[in-house]
Order: sequence, then structure tokens, then C-alpha cells
Amino acid sequence: MILNSAAINFVIPIGVCNCLLAQLDLDFNRIAPSIPYILGGIWITLKFTLLSAIFGFIWGTVLSLFKISSIKPLYWFGMAYTSVFRGTPLLVTLSKIYFDTPQLTGYEISGFQAGVITFSLNSGAYISEVIRAGIMAVDKGQTEAAMSLGVSYKPMMLDVILPQAIKNILPALVNESIALLKDSALVSTIGATDLLRRAQIVGAEKYVYFEPLLIVAVVYYLMVMSLTLSANLLETQLRKSS
Amino acid sequence: MQEKGAIAIKIDRLYKSFGSLKVLRAISTEIAKGEVVALIGPSGCGKSTFLRCLNLLETPTSGKIYINGQEITDSKTDVNKIRQNVGMVFQHFHLFPHMNVLKNIMYAPVKVNNLSKPEARSLAMDLLQKVDLVDKADVFPSKLSGGQKQRVAIARSLAMQPDIMLFDEPTSALDPEMVKEVLDVMQAVSESGMTMAVVTHEMGFAKEVADRIFFLDGGEIAEDSPPDVFFSHPKSARAQKFLAKIL
Ligand SMILES: Nc1ncnc2c1ncn2[C@@H]1O[C@H](COP(=O)(O)OP(=O)(O)OP(=O)(O)O)[C@@H](O)[C@H]1O
Ligand SMILES: [Mg+2]
Repeated sequence: MILNSAAINFVIPIGVCNCLLAQLDLDFNRIAPSIPYILGGIWITLKFTLLSAIFGFIWGTVLSLFKISSIKPLYWFGMAYTSVFRGTPLLVTLSKIYFDTPQLTGYEISGFQAGVITFSLNSGAYISEVIRAGIMAVDKGQTEAAMSLGVSYKPMMLDVILPQAIKNILPALVNESIALLKDSALVSTIGATDLLRRAQIVGAEKYVYFEPLLIVAVVYYLMVMSLTLSANLLETQLRKSS
Repeated sequence: MQEKGAIAIKIDRLYKSFGSLKVLRAISTEIAKGEVVALIGPSGCGKSTFLRCLNLLETPTSGKIYINGQEITDSKTDVNKIRQNVGMVFQHFHLFPHMNVLKNIMYAPVKVNNLSKPEARSLAMDLLQKVDLVDKADVFPSKLSGGQKQRVAIARSLAMQPDIMLFDEPTSALDPEMVKEVLDVMQAVSESGMTMAVVTHEMGFAKEVADRIFFLDGGEIAEDSPPDVFFSHPKSARAQKFLAKIL
């Protein structure tokens, strides 16, 4: 009895697999003419991620300085800001910015613009936490050494503290860009023609979804992997230099 | 410039507390230009705190400090301007790890004193000559020994051409065989006429190089004497006890 059921358990998954594969019957020919169009989304997705990462990093640096500031209003602003962005779903913020901007300002914001703004604001909140932790982890003696030389706050931060802080948090920053790259697929919901959106468009035209979405998944995976690998390389390089 | 007898540092009823802990109580003293003062005393008596008040790394709770006649405890003084003129050397060096030796020394003269890069470079090379580390100019701090790091730190401070140098236990973190090379550099600095305040456990250095010994205890300068007097006939019972323990 026991032996029997074990055998059945073993057989069933194989059966299901075979069955699935039989039904799958992948056919890329039908969408072949659309593949360049889909892959064109890579550029949109990358541009989107890069812009958001750069603005998010700058904004995150500013916010992190607010959060370590002894000026109370700046401190509270930084804290409240982070709390709001961490506490609301990204898709909600994205929709708010996309749909509210024309209503509030009269400016017809494009999906791409709304996406970059939202993602910069959002990753700024996350990055500011990372940078703040990085700054706090720099030896207090570094600040004191710079101060004792008469160096004022701004150059001390830019030349002495931040370079050391950022070196320590580089892995965390790369993880944040990877998250950004993956989350960027959300802009497909507000009409930006990124990778995912293009796959959906092609799917709707040709009545096939499996293949275009498979292509897109593979492309995302390859992009994330190459980001991870180059980050690892950079890290070993940095470790060698120190 | 260095007229004899001119006052470099004047301290008037300096108090410093951390919360309810009263660390310095009513310290008043004067240090003349070119004078070398060694600060000694039991652990936790406030030597570092005293030193750090002199370049405002600690804000005095009350009292006044004058440097070259200018009151630095006045809320209107530009703290950075004061610090440019008062160098400090730390127990743990605190070199900038992401800059090589040359950049460490050049950084403040370029950023703060607006020296051109070539000017700062030749200044830095002169100083490296003085601390005998010319061959390490392009090396990063992590590749240096403790004694070498501390000599670079001294050169970095001197690059701002300060009138006063503060040293907080500059040899305490060093292996014994490296203490001398650092003390030799400090002695050379003192011989150039620098006003110096040095927290140290090196009694040999204090005896030989210092003009005065401040024995800090209970938040006060319990004794202020020339080294020969202090080490042979300490006046206070507390200093006698302290010396009996360490000598
Ligand atoms: N930032 C601070 N906050 C609270 N207490 C402090 C602070 N800095 C120093 N103290 C306290 O003040 C007292 C004097 O400290 P200080 O470092 O000046 O002593 P010290 O004479 O330099 O001692 P040591 O020989 O161990 O270096 C100590 O009790 C110390 O714990
Ligand atoms: Mg101390």
C-alpha cells in the first residue's frame, strides 16, 4: 500500500509535466516580426531605470543629510517623507502622480515622465536610509580629523565622509537599482511602452501571450544578472584598492 | 612674530560637563607662545576633554578661551577659522583612508587655504621630507605602519601652518618600537617654536621636551610645574600617588 502510493506520487508530477509540454507547443514564428519591437523596449526600460537611479541617488543623498541634520524641521521632513513612501504601494504613488499632475497643474504628463518622477522620489526614500546608515558607519574620527583641519561641513561631507560611506554601501545601492529595474515594469500600467507593455501590445494583436511574455521574462533576467555580475566585479575591484 | 612671553592660549574659568558629569571645573591658565605643555593625569580625569575644548571639538559649558588674544568661545567666532590655526593629532591617526599620503596632506591646504595644487604639493613634499616619509607619498594609509601613519597625520596637521598643535596620546596606539620615531618628530616640531599641548603617558618625553607639566585631577589642574620640579618634588598628594604608580 505504502509503496504503491509512493510510486503514484512519483508518477503524477511527471505525467503533469508531459501533459503541459504537449499543450505548450511554443510558436515564435507568429510573433517573429514583432520581436524587434519588443526588444526596443529594453532601451526604454534601461533609460527609465538609469534616470530614476541617478535622480533617486541624488535625492536620497540630500534626504540622508536631512536625516542626520541637527536642524529639526529638516530631520522631521526626511523622516516623514521616508515613512510615507515606504508605507504606500508604489503602484498607488505612480497612479497618483500620473493622474493628479494634469488635474493639479494642467500639464499633460507622459507615462514615462510620471514613472521617472515616481521612481526617483520613491527610491530616494529607500536610498536615503541606506546612505544614512553608511554615513553613521564611518568612523567619527574622520569627521573630527576634517573639522580639526578647519574644513567646513560641505566639503567634509562631499570629500571625506560620503566617499567612504558610499563605498561601504555599494552592494546595497546595486540591490536598489536591481529592484528599480524590476519595478520599472509597473510603468506599463500607465501607458509607457517599456518591455512589458510592448509584449502585452504584441500579445493583444496576435492573440498569443505566452511567447512574448517569455521573451520579456528572459530579457529582464539577463539584465538583472548582468547588473549583478558587474556589481560583483566592481566590488572586488574596490576591495583590491583599499 | 613670536615675541617672547606673548600669550598663545588663555583660559578663563573653563567648565565642561557632560549631563550631570562635571569633567572640567574652573580651569584657568595661560600658555605662552612656543611653550610645550604636557598634560598628564589618571584615566578619565578629562585630559582629552580639556584638549578638545581648545579647538572646540567640545563646546565648553562655560568660561572663556582666547587664542592669540581672540576669544574663541564667543558665539560669533568662525570656528573653522580658529581650527585652521590649531592643529590636532589623534591617538588613532584618523588619516583619510581613500586618499593617498600626498592627498591626505594636500587636501586641507587646497580646500581651506585655497592653495594651488602645485603649491600644496611642494608644501606636502617638504613636510614629508621633515617626517622622513618622502618615499611613501603615493601610498595609501592602509599600507603604512602605525608610526608612519602618525607621522603623516602630524604632517597633515602642519600643512595648515598652525600656530598651535594639540596632541592627544599620539603614541598610545603604537607598538613600542615605533614610539620613538613619532616622539622625535614631535620634538623637532617643538624645536621649531611651535606652541604645543600634549596629552601623554610618555614620562620621558614630558621630562625632556615639555616646559611645563599640567597634572589634571578632579577636573582641575591640580599641579602646574616645570618637569624637573614635578617629577622630583610633586607638591600635591594626588600627584605623588599618581607618580608612585607609574614610575
Ligand atoms: N561625549 C561624551 N559624553 C559623555 N561623557 C563623556 C564624553 N566624553 C568624555 N566623557 C566623560 O568625561 C570624562 C573625561 O573624559 P576624557 O576622555 O576627557 O578623559 P581622559 O583624561 O582623556 O581619559 P583617558 O586617559 O582614558 O583618555 C570621562 O568620565 C568620560 O567618560
Ligand atoms: Mg583621553
